[in-house]
Order: sequence, then C-alpha cells, then structure tokens
Amino acid sequence: MLSSARAAGTLLLPATMFVLVEMTDTVRIPPWQFERKLNDSIAEELNKKLANKVVYNVGLCICLYDITKLEDSYIFPGDGASHTKVHFRYVVFHPFLDEILIGNIKSCSQDGVHVSLGFFDDIIIPPESLQQPTKFDEAEQVWVWEYETEEGAHDLYMDIGEEIRFRVVDETFVDTSPTGPSSAETSTSGATEEVQKKEAPYTLVGSISEPGLGLLSWWTNS
Amino acid sequence: MCVCIHYLLWQGTVCACHFKGLELAATRCLTRAAILEARAAYINRAVWLLEARQQHRLAGELPKTTWRKDANAALLSNFEVFQLLTDLKQQRKESGKSKQSSGQQNLNTIMYETLKYISKTPCRYQSPEIVRDFLTAMKGHKLTKAEKLQLLNHRPVTAVEIQLMVEESEERLTEEQIESLIQTVTSVLPGDPEEEKQTQSAVPMEDDCD
Repeated sequence: MLSSARAAGTLLLPATMFVLVEMTDTVRIPPWQFERKLNDSIAEELNKKLANKVVYNVGLCICLYDITKLEDSYIFPGDGASHTKVHFRYVVFHPFLDEILIGNIKSCSQDGVHVSLGFFDDIIIPPESLQQPTKFDEAEQVWVWEYETEEGAHDLYMDIGEEIRFRVVDETFVDTSPTGPSSAETSTSGATEEVQKKEAPYTLVGSISEPGLGLLSWWTNS
Repeated sequence: MCVCIHYLLWQGTVCACHFKGLELAATRCLTRAAILEARAAYINRAVWLLEARQQHRLAGELPKTTWRKDANAALLSNFEVFQLLTDLKQQRKESGKSKQSSGQQNLNTIMYETLKYISKTPCRYQSPEIVRDFLTAMKGHKLTKAEKLQLLNHRPVTAVEIQLMVEESEERLTEEQIESLIQTVTSVLPGDPEEEKQTQSAVPMEDDCD
C-alpha cells in the first residue's frame, strides 16, 4: 500500500528530469531472508515497492539511490519478520516546469499529440499548443503543420515514431488509491467502470509552439 | 527466589496480584531496595511491550512511505542516472538470477526503459571528468543551475536550442555570447562520433535565430 501523505500543491522547485527524494519507510524482512545482508534485503524490498510506480505529488520512482540511515529492527509478537525504519534516497522522474524534453510521438488524436519517453508514456500536447497553423488530417490520423514560406505552404506531418522536442508546461497528479465501494451504479455498469477508472496517476502537458520545438527534423540544418 | 522474579519479569505478563504475592514471599530473603528495583524494571518492560504493540498495530494498518516535502533539492544529471543504472544492472547480473522474477519485474522494466532512453541522449559519451570540466567552463557565463544542467543533458548545437533552454536569452546574452556558449558546449561535451565526422565535412551554417 503506497503512501497516503498529502503534500500541499506540486513541488515547483527548479530541478531536472531526475531528482533525488529523501523518504522514510518501515521495511518488513521475512525470516527466511535473515541470512542475507540487511542492506541488500532492504534495498530489494524498497525497489520492489517503489520502482516504476508513481508516488502522489512526487513523481515516477525509478530506483534506489542509497540508504542514509537504518534504525533499530524490531520483532513484534505474532509476526516472525523484522521491521526496520529506513531513511533512504530514491531517484524520481519529475521534470520541472518549462523544461525541454525529447520524446517519441506515440499517436495522434483529436485531443492532441501523445508523446512517450519509453519509460513514461502519459504526455500530451493539446492542439492549441502545437505550432500554428496546424490541422488534423482525418485520413491519416496525424496532425499536420502548414508551414508557410515565400514559396507556398509546406505540409509538415507529425508521424508516429518521430522524435519530438517539447517544453513541459503543466503536470497533473491524480490519486488512484482505491476508495470504498461506490454507492451509485454498482451492479450494472461493471465493465464501463473499469474503463473509466484507468486514469494515469501522473500526466504531463507539453507545448511545441516556439521556434526550435517540434520534430527534430524540422530544425536541423541540412 | 531471585531466579523466580527474573523469570517472571522476562515473561512480562505477570499481573499485579501475582507480583504482590511474590513480593510478600520474597520479603524474607530480599532487601526492600531490591524489590523496588524489580518492580520498576517490571513496569518499564510492561510499558515497552505496550509501545511495541502500538507500533506493530500502526505498522500493520498504515505502512506509510513518507518523504520530506522540500527534500528534492538534489538534482541529478542524466549522466548520473545513466551511471547508477548501469552499475545496478552490472551488480544484478553478477549476483545471478536467483531472485523471484515477479517482484523484480517492475524494477527490470523501468531500468531497461530508462537506460534505453538515456542511451539515445549525448550522456552516454560523458564521464565524471567531462562533467567537471563542463561546469568549470560554464562558470564565466552566469547561468542558473537548472540551465547548466539542461545544457549538459541536451548538448545544444544551434542558437535556437540555446534560446529555448536559457530563459530570456535575448536580454541576458548577446549574439557573440551565444556563439561562445555553443563553442564551449560543443568542444567540452563529446557528441555522437559519427555525426561529428559528417558535420566536419559539410559547410558549417548556424544562423537561424530571429
């Protein structure tokens, strides 16, 4: 069960793509792992718990950086496992506002361009933040930038798989921890509820409406 | 008699009446001070047990990962994350695949994807010495920490890219300063060796700022 702490507002400190976050947690080591070194068992447990998971208002956790402090281990009556309070630092993916990132176009839809970084997928560039003027080509389902020069309009297609440079303008954290059984519409719409509940816990909104942003191929000298 | 009291204290579940009964029996052999000491020790242990039970209850119901709100003050460059992940991958390969795969799957996925992403950036050619040289070279240009890190991660080669990463670059940097910045970046940070061979043969043209 992941954390339930509520940090007030998003962290707007200047940072880079990856940050170190200091955390504390109580780690449970079952008795059959007592022969291993405590540090190794704890590192494995922490990675198992946090790697590739989004922590609310913090970001996407990548891997453990180091353990700063280990407090005493306790064994409680009724449970043979040891519980240790650990202070550690974790590498977290949390790009800051106005940071420039390079990703790949995953797909295009009416909502905008969906970009993926490989390890992080939920990045969207809404239509109003694309280079103007851009229109959506229904036949090929891609967004097209109608670039005008003296010779006429060039159509620059934003194809899937292309590398794109964008600026992060907004981030949203959604608390996806399980709530109790919903009171309204329980029995009938079971399937639709599943689809609705699949919100991404962490989404980024990007923009490419500046010179230099957009597909890398648009701005390379040739 | 001493042995009996010690045994009961270790059990920790002696109730008051038992202790009292023992106390009456023990007054003949033990001094009053010793009995008081034994009673104090018993109370301490009872308190310790209660605390431990409370902690256990808390640990059982609400396992909380907490973090300090202002604690993400440590910035990591892509290169540092690249180093960390490569070392971790090496370690795990060496220790063998004896781990349970289900629990480790998340870590494997995120490590693989992040390494794949960072390997496509200029960070794979960097080393700690290069990063140090870069930061010393940047001292004269008056940039913020975040801007220097962005330059380190992306290695911009055109003026347009510099303008994107440095805020208000039109006011803070003149054209010559931007040029010298590009020069420093491209000379200190190694780029893709194949690309460099191509650009060396082609005619350099860099003017595309508004």
